[in-house]
Amino acid sequence: MFLINCPFCGEREQSEFKAGGEAHIVRPKQPTELSDDEWAEYLFMRKNIKGVQFERWNHIHGCRKWFNMVRDTSNDQIKAVYKMGEKPPVK
Amino acid sequence: MSNSLRFKTSKFIDETYRVSFKFNNKTYFGFKGDTLASALLANGIHLVGRSFKYHRPRGIMTSGSEEPNAIIQLHDNSSRTEPNVRATEVEIYEGLVASSQNCWPNVNFDIGGINNLLSPILPAGFYYKTFMWPASFWEKYEYFIRKSAGLGKSPKVADPDIYEHNYIHCDVLIIGAGISGIIAAKMAAKNGFKTLLVDEKSYLGGSSIYDNSEFSKINNQITSSWLEKEINEISKLENLEIKTTTSIAAFHGYNFLLARENLTDHLPINQRNGKVRQKLLKIRAKKVITATGSIERPLIFDNNDRPGILLSSAIKKYIDLYGVACGENNILFTNNDTAYETALSLIQRGIKINAIIDNREQIDSKISYEVEKNNIKIYKGYSVVDTYGYKRINKISIMKLSKDGQKLIGEKIKLNCDCLGVSGGWTPAVHLFTQSGGKLKFREEDQVFIPEVYPSDQISIGSCNGDFSLDEVVKNTLSSIKKFLNIDNSEFKTIEIISGLNQSKRNIWLLPSDKSIGKTKSFVDYQNDATSKDIKLALREGFRSIEHVKRYTTTGMGTDQGKLGNMHALGIISETAGTKMGEHGTTTFRPPYTPLTFGAIVGRNVGEFFDIFRRTPIHDWHIANNAKFENVGQWKRAWYYPKKNENMHQAVQRESKAARDSAGILDASTLGKIDIQGTDASEFLNRVYTNAWSKLAIGKCRYGLMLNEDGMVYDDGVTTRLGENHYIMTTTTGGAANVLGKLEDYLQTEWPELDVYLSSVTDHYATISVCGPNSKKIVSKVIPDLNFSDEKFPHMSFKDSKINNIKCRVMRISFTGEHSYEINIQANYGKSVWEKCMEAGKDFNITPYGTETMHLLRAEKGFIIVGQDTDATMTPIDLQMDWIVSKKKYDFIGKRSLYRSDTIREDRKQLVGLLTENPDDVLEEGAQIVADIKKTPIEMLGHVTSSYYSPNLKKSIALGVVKGGKKMLGQKLIIPMENKNINVTVADPVFLDKEGERLNAKL
Repeated sequence: MFLINCPFCGEREQSEFKAGGEAHIVRPKQPTELSDDEWAEYLFMRKNIKGVQFERWNHIHGCRKWFNMVRDTSNDQIKAVYKMGEKPPVK
Repeated sequence: MSNSLRFKTSKFIDETYRVSFKFNNKTYFGFKGDTLASALLANGIHLVGRSFKYHRPRGIMTSGSEEPNAIIQLHDNSSRTEPNVRATEVEIYEGLVASSQNCWPNVNFDIGGINNLLSPILPAGFYYKTFMWPASFWEKYEYFIRKSAGLGKSPKVADPDIYEHNYIHCDVLIIGAGISGIIAAKMAAKNGFKTLLVDEKSYLGGSSIYDNSEFSKINNQITSSWLEKEINEISKLENLEIKTTTSIAAFHGYNFLLARENLTDHLPINQRNGKVRQKLLKIRAKKVITATGSIERPLIFDNNDRPGILLSSAIKKYIDLYGVACGENNILFTNNDTAYETALSLIQRGIKINAIIDNREQIDSKISYEVEKNNIKIYKGYSVVDTYGYKRINKISIMKLSKDGQKLIGEKIKLNCDCLGVSGGWTPAVHLFTQSGGKLKFREEDQVFIPEVYPSDQISIGSCNGDFSLDEVVKNTLSSIKKFLNIDNSEFKTIEIISGLNQSKRNIWLLPSDKSIGKTKSFVDYQNDATSKDIKLALREGFRSIEHVKRYTTTGMGTDQGKLGNMHALGIISETAGTKMGEHGTTTFRPPYTPLTFGAIVGRNVGEFFDIFRRTPIHDWHIANNAKFENVGQWKRAWYYPKKNENMHQAVQRESKAARDSAGILDASTLGKIDIQGTDASEFLNRVYTNAWSKLAIGKCRYGLMLNEDGMVYDDGVTTRLGENHYIMTTTTGGAANVLGKLEDYLQTEWPELDVYLSSVTDHYATISVCGPNSKKIVSKVIPDLNFSDEKFPHMSFKDSKINNIKCRVMRISFTGEHSYEINIQANYGKSVWEKCMEAGKDFNITPYGTETMHLLRAEKGFIIVGQDTDATMTPIDLQMDWIVSKKKYDFIGKRSLYRSDTIREDRKQLVGLLTENPDDVLEEGAQIVADIKKTPIEMLGHVTSSYYSPNLKKSIALGVVKGGKKMLGQKLIIPMENKNINVTVADPVFLDKEGERLNAKL
């Protein structure tokens, strides 16, 4: 079970958190301008990488804040956590 | 007790404290400190069980948690009885009752033993191959197969014991209190680390604590004496917590471990009441030191499973620790030096050793010379080829091994014995290390897997790291711990070690036999009766992956998880397939390391705490008034209120009628309530709901529909504008938490620029809904301060008011189609206001109704229930709710998806009303809807989502989803049921009062 360093609360058990899928997928500002394919790309397509992945997490049983995490899915090492809107601190 | 087998020399046995216990209905005696296994052995009992498949007689094989054979049923009552308990781990207490498993009528005469004779036709995969065909026969086979499957009996009634969960945080966790664990604990604790030391045994010191040999010394003291002093010293350290009888079950990532601590299992039953039996410890350690030791390997030869055959190290432990001899005429069979340590322990007490069979040609160690000096015959370069004796070994035959170890040569020699100790070297216990994600490497010299890559801040020391001799263990432990903890002070200034062992070993995974392999039974997995022959068969049949061979042969799949034989299975596979051992890897070691009780897993979460439920503030009233309850999410909701002799149907019909004829009252407190504030609150609602919110006047309410980004209906509810920048949103009962989560998600991640704050206030308010033609009269009495005239208080509006000085919010909204009011009041006043409503409504036959009637009433009006009439595939257009989808708004969640090529298809399933030809036929919810039953396969057009008998319309009504249903109004369809086909007509989903006359009637 991960020990997650919530950017607002500090280290907490994984059981306090909820995973929220891939990060940095921005909702299009003008959805009506998009073709079906472009909208489907936003709506459905996710990378699901084996290796370093950027993810959204929510401290659902804590401060309820969403934040981002960089995690290596092959060994579950958490490389970094950072707030929404911030640039990833690692590549 | 057979005196000749008990030697009164052990410090661990209290000979003044005699303990009686029952095994297979016979009373025996042991001493305090004995395990069930040592006490049975002291009584000359080896035969304790039958094997799983062939029902072969089996005896105690080991002295610890790796035991495959001596698994017993503990306790004879139906509440505490526990199957598959290892006799080697149970401490005896006065009154203990245990029995053998997997045998009938008893362990000495077991009918199932016939399987042993049938074994030539019961190879690996027998069940898979035989019971596959004809498929229709499975039902006949199943009864017999199920009967013979499984070991032991599970308890039939509730467990009387108490279990707990505890969290532990520490700097350093040390797993295993053998010599290396003790040294590590001292170094860690003395250097300021908050340290936890755990061991699965009831004593500290591992196998070194009974190492009394002159040939292994530390600082010129016998190892056990040196270690005893160290243990004495560390037990006084403040920084160190020690837990015995505590077994680590799982080692997860980020140094999170689960352990089971046994607290009362050693006590007589009458002393256990009110005490916690086991604790599940959830340990988060900054650093973990694994010192789990190693497990002795057996040797794989024909008939290597008879009672009386034990691991050589177990024989040593039984005599040194418990003072029990496992036999009077012993033979040891080994491929390495450790059997000679056992020999010396036996010699020391004058116990007879008939011979030592050593498969090595050359033996060169101090202890082997010492054994030879005692005139014990050592057969060098020999192997055991067979054993004899059905319920107890009485003879073995041996032959000389060829140079390559693959063949036998020379004459067969027979030797008598009543106990055979085997030693195939040692396997590091790397289970926990690999569970944590660690990677192993294979060491060719002595054919062992040892830790290589650590996935977290941890280290393995001692023999689980592949250090087997005393000097290696101590010296490497000292240097690794210094480095691992980054300390200078080792606490051990000078340390001098004498070790009489030599590391030489002749590893042969499968010893040759003079018979053809088909005629041998060389057991690799004792508990599951998997033999070397089975493994070779699996390879012949094309299995290559170790994971596949494991599942096909069931090797390593017993309660012991193959702690003894897994390495041999790997070895035989690689030898047979001609591959390298290290290339196969191992099978996956999964938690738990040793079985956990369900009690420990659930802890205190039993009974009403197993799945906690939420009660409304009016719950007690519902109970007092005979409500039946329904689970909705975590909530208990009143379902219906049967009067004397009423069944559910009758109660619901009465409630539904009363609500429309006069007045009904519903506890709606469970609806989710989200308080929304901020200058952008209106804009926010515009974006999350499909309809427009900017123009909603203060004091007005509006129904809203919420979609997912994929355009599918997610939730619905009424939202009220309390002020310029203040709304209160209601959600469905089950959806409340998810809706709040979804809204927070958008606010925090997509629209952080919006000034909006959300708070869940579901629990803060009790919500009482009063509906029906007399509702206004009733609420006017309850809230006399408020003007209820239709002009001042029209439908879809809200008023602040007070009941006896307590603030309340009243909404005029309706889910039934009746004139109705919803009173929201601080939760703790909910019950008293409810009672006031009941009192005020007495003259109007006010009738409490539950969720079933609520569902019926709304179905009459064609109102959907999200989750019942919708699943995650229904758009608002599919629901014929186009009216609520704003055409003007540029964007809202899900808007773009409403005109994807798929969502605009006209043949999507759409919500329609269904009326049965016979008004008394009530459809089954979930029933299939079809048009043509003659053409096969019959095309399924949809299904029934809601169905009731309406007492107000005096006919059956239903809602359903039908492909292209919108255009099928008036069309006849068929609901095929088991006994008949029901004819239905597609209708408007609004069955009652489409014009809303009842809602707007002047009262």
